[in-house]
Amino acid sequence: MRLYGRYILMHLKSQMQYKGSFFLLIFSQFLTAFSALASVYFLMQRFHRIDEFSFQEVLLCFAIVLMAFSLAECFARGFDRFPAVLANGGFDRILVRPRSTVLQVLGSQVEFTRLGRLCQATLVFCYAIPASDVVWTADRVLLLILMILSGALVFFGLFLIFAGLCFFTTEGLEFINIFTDGGREFGAYPLSVYGDGVLKFFTFVIPLALVQYYPLLYLTGRSDSLLHALSPLFAGVFLLPCFLLWRIGIRHYRSTGS
Amino acid sequence: MITLEHIEKTYRVARRNAGMGEALRALFHREYTLIPALQDVSFQVADGEMVGYIGPNGAGKSSTIKIMSGILHPDGGTCVIDGLTPWKNRREHVRNIGVVFGQRSQLWWDVPVIDSFELIRDIYQVDAAAYRRSYEELVTLLGLGDIVRTPARQLSLGQRMRCEIAASLLHEPRILFLDEPTIGLDAVSKLAVRDFIRKINQERGTTVILTTHDMQDIEALTERVLLIGKGKILLDDTLDALKARSSHTRRLQIRYTGALAACPAGTTLVSQEAGQAAFSVDTDVCPVSRAIEALSRQVEITDLTVENISAEELVVSLYEEYAI
Repeated sequence: MRLYGRYILMHLKSQMQYKGSFFLLIFSQFLTAFSALASVYFLMQRFHRIDEFSFQEVLLCFAIVLMAFSLAECFARGFDRFPAVLANGGFDRILVRPRSTVLQVLGSQVEFTRLGRLCQATLVFCYAIPASDVVWTADRVLLLILMILSGALVFFGLFLIFAGLCFFTTEGLEFINIFTDGGREFGAYPLSVYGDGVLKFFTFVIPLALVQYYPLLYLTGRSDSLLHALSPLFAGVFLLPCFLLWRIGIRHYRSTGS
Repeated sequence: MITLEHIEKTYRVARRNAGMGEALRALFHREYTLIPALQDVSFQVADGEMVGYIGPNGAGKSSTIKIMSGILHPDGGTCVIDGLTPWKNRREHVRNIGVVFGQRSQLWWDVPVIDSFELIRDIYQVDAAAYRRSYEELVTLLGLGDIVRTPARQLSLGQRMRCEIAASLLHEPRILFLDEPTIGLDAVSKLAVRDFIRKINQERGTTVILTTHDMQDIEALTERVLLIGKGKILLDDTLDALKARSSHTRRLQIRYTGALAACPAGTTLVSQEAGQAAFSVDTDVCPVSRAIEALSRQVEITDLTVENISAEELVVSLYEEYAI
């Protein structure tokens, strides 16, 4: 963990070398996230409620997923950019160092410019948290934090799968982005609005609903089932097959010529 | 102590013919060819030895280095380095080795080199006192002084390579693998790098395994040479013994005026331009003095040099001998 801190510091130093570009990128990331927010806004202007969720509740949901995604993208960027690391032989260097490969790949890229999105998510929270009808008890605040963190872990798992598959294909498989970027877009609304099939998929295959829809039911007082409140914890199980795939991938690694 | 026994490695390479139709076909059905990269590679390297590992491109040098450094799993055979199998005990093993890939950088591009060094210190968990000692030693030996406070992107290739080597030695490894460390360097930098490798070997007793295409590296640094071709170890001998094999050959160069009619017996013409000629002389058949005498009867010799065959030519003749 201390080493990861050092990596982060290095990235900060590196990226600060280009101050103008650094702040412009943060700003542009901040702006691009607005288009998604705007689409939520206009949709809700017309329909007012979606699947019994109010605008403020949808915004809450939107901000949770956006923040989880931005955190994952900021810190797990190394896995997102992994095809490049494989192609230029950077993974050889990782293998000749006495630390865990996952930690080193995490450390290989930290994208602070993604913090622009994080700012936006924070702003939306600032509006949605007081504006929603949720009674903010201590357990609900904790749950909100848990939802964000486990959401980030689910996205991290997806990045890990993406990177693990690269060992077999060398090139990145863009179809995984359907689930990462797609998960972010889908996740802007409570996942139940897409129907039963999609909800089942996001419950049992990619457990995004476990960090979003089910705990949201508890958060908004629609359910008082403990299972719903604790569902983000189960999402952690998703990481096991992701790590397994990563391990198998490393076994399969054959390096590039030099 | 490094021991490799019967190491085998085969790559599966997808091949297809040129053309769009073929590319489409390859989407659904790929044809694979098995390329044997290493076949029955066995050798031993003792502690503190410096070994030159040579062979043409694609012979298997890098594959061997990658197996010894735990990057690749071989398909068969055993490799034990200081009691550990690299690909099974990766983390313990790599603490004891340093690897320099001549064509790839491990320094952070945008920050001063010293920041990279300190990150490497944390990666290897070197304690403060040991790091200080190792750092001082390397900075002195490599003449890094002010260089370490410059971002890596602003260094010349020679300066950067010196920093790369230092970065690989900060944790005081017992074994150093150098994969083409002098590639692309100018003459002065090459000399500096060689000089440094020799000193590190003497002072720390580091075992050095060096792959290179530059025979001067080999001549300057190593006593023992391993020759690999088409995935097989063809030769494992001292550089002196290799030279002795060709000790009955001299290279004779002359400048002359007049017409050169025929080569004297026991000599072969290597090259000839206007007024210049080079011969390879087999001294068993024809001593150099007799060759000169025979030549001077044909032409007016204005200048001449006699040389031992160079390491460069030695390697060319080895490659020819083994048809690799």
